[in-house]
Amino acid sequence: MDFAALLFYAFGALALGSAIVVISQRNPIYSAFALIVTLCSLSAIYGLLGSPFIAVLQIVVYAGAIMVLFLFVLMLLNVKREGRDPGDGRTLKGVALALAVLLALQIGTVLMRARLGPARPLDASTEKMARDLFSLPYLYVFEATSVLILAALVGAVALARKDS
Amino acid sequence: MSETTIQTVIAAVKILVIFNVLLGLFSLMTWVERRVLAFMQFRLGPNRTGPFGILQPVADGIKLFFKEEFIPPGADKWLFIAAPAVSVITAFLAIAVVPYGGSVTLPQASWLGPFAGREVSLQIVDLEVGVLYIFAITALGVYGIVMAGWASNNKYTLIGGLRSSAQMFSYELSLGLSWVGIIMLAGSFRIQDIVAAQDGGFWRWNAFIQFPAFLIYVVASTAEVNRTPFDLAEAETELVAGFHTEYASMKFALLQMAEYVNMITVSALGTNLFLGGWNAPFPGVPDTGLAGVAWFGVKVLSVLFFFIWLRGTLPRFRYDQLMHFGWKVLVPAAAVWILITAGALAFQGPRPAAAAVGAL
Repeated sequence: MDFAALLFYAFGALALGSAIVVISQRNPIYSAFALIVTLCSLSAIYGLLGSPFIAVLQIVVYAGAIMVLFLFVLMLLNVKREGRDPGDGRTLKGVALALAVLLALQIGTVLMRARLGPARPLDASTEKMARDLFSLPYLYVFEATSVLILAALVGAVALARKDS
Repeated sequence: MSETTIQTVIAAVKILVIFNVLLGLFSLMTWVERRVLAFMQFRLGPNRTGPFGILQPVADGIKLFFKEEFIPPGADKWLFIAAPAVSVITAFLAIAVVPYGGSVTLPQASWLGPFAGREVSLQIVDLEVGVLYIFAITALGVYGIVMAGWASNNKYTLIGGLRSSAQMFSYELSLGLSWVGIIMLAGSFRIQDIVAAQDGGFWRWNAFIQFPAFLIYVVASTAEVNRTPFDLAEAETELVAGFHTEYASMKFALLQMAEYVNMITVSALGTNLFLGGWNAPFPGVPDTGLAGVAWFGVKVLSVLFFFIWLRGTLPRFRYDQLMHFGWKVLVPAAAVWILITAGALAFQGPRPAAAAVGAL
C-alpha cells in the first residue's frame, strides 16, 4: 500500500469516527467541533483525489464560515447539554429505524451499480473548473444559484432589521 | 536513493529549517517588541538578561516552563487543552505555502552525495491554490480562540473569544477581497506567479499598482492577527486578558506563540503579495538565490517593525466602531476596487491594465 492510500484510509477513518461523534455526543459544542474535524478530513480526501481547489473551498465555506456561526449560536445560548429525548421515545426510534433502513437500501443500490476502483486522475485545475462553471452546461445553474443566495441574503437582512 | 526519497529529504529539511526560524523569530520578536515599545515610550525595556537584554526570551521561557499548569475547576478539560494546540497548529500550517525566495542550486560538492547540483525551490509546498489555502487556514485559526474562550468557563474569556472571532470573521472578508485584484492581475492563485508578476523594480510592486488594496490589506491583516488597534479580544480595561485569562504556564506560552507566528505569516504573505516578495527594488540588483532570501528577510522584518510601531502609536478601537468600519467601509471599498481592476483588465488586457490602474 502506497503512502497516498495510507493517508486516504487514515482520513477516511477520521471522517467516519468524527461523524459518529457528531451524532452520539450529548454536548452540542462537542458535536460542532467533531463536525469541523469531519469537514477537514473530507477536505484532505479531496486534496488526495487531486483537487486542491475543492479541498480549500470545503474548508473556507463549511469549516471556516458556516461552523463559526453554529458555534456562535451555541456559545451565546450557552447550551451545556442536551436534555432527554423530546416526545415519545418509542415512536421516534421507530421512525429513525425506518429511515435508516431506507437510506441503507438507497446506498446499497448505488454501490451495487457502481464500478468500484481507484479514482481516475481528473483535470480539476482551478482554471478548468472556472471555465466549466462559466460556460454553457453549468452557466445558468451557477448564475441561478448566485441569485438564490443573494435573495437569501437580502431576506436575512430584512428579517434582522429591528425597525420598520 | 530513489527520487522520492530525495524529494522527501529535501522537504523535511525545509520544514525543519522553517519551523526553527519561526520559533527563533518568535522569541526574538517578543524581546524586540518590548524594547522598541519601551524606546517609543521613553522607557528602557528589558535590558538586564544578557547583552541589551537579548536573553530575556530565554528567561521568560524558563519562567513559564516552571509555572504551575492550572486548569480551572469549572473548565471543559479537553477543549481547554486542545485550544492552544489548535492555535499553534493552524499558525504553523499557514506558512507552508509561503515562499521565501526563488530557488538555490546546491553546490557540486561530493559530501552532498545525490543532492549535489540540485535546484531547490525556497518554499515548502508550491500549491496551485496557495493564496486560497492561507485563507482557509486563517479561517480555521479562529477556532483556537473560540475554544479557549468557551472552555475556560469564564464570562470574560467567553466575551473575549466571541469578540475576537466576530472580528476575525468580519475582517477576513475584506482581507480576502483585497487579494482579488492581485490575483486577477497575476492570473493565478499561486504565490510564485504573483511574485513573478511584480518583477522589475519597486514601481511594479502591488503595493503601488494596487494601492487601495494594499491599504485594505494592512488594516484587515492587523485585525486578523488581533494586534493593536484591533486587540479588543484582550482589552485589559474591559475583559481582564480576554480569551487567555485562565491560561498559565506553557499553554499561555503556546497561545502567545500562535499570535506571534500569525503575525510573522501575515507579514511574509504581505511581502509576497504586495511588496514584490524576494524581488530587489531596482532592476539589475541581484535577487536570485540567497540574495533574494536576504531581500525577503529585510522586507518581512520591516513589516514586523511596522506592526510594533502601530502598537506604540494607535489607541484601541471601540467595539461598535470596529464592526462598522469593517463592514461599512472596508468591504465596500474592496468591492469597488475589484470592479475598477476588473474593468481595467477587461478593456485593456493584463499588462496595460496594471499600468493604467497604477496611474490612477
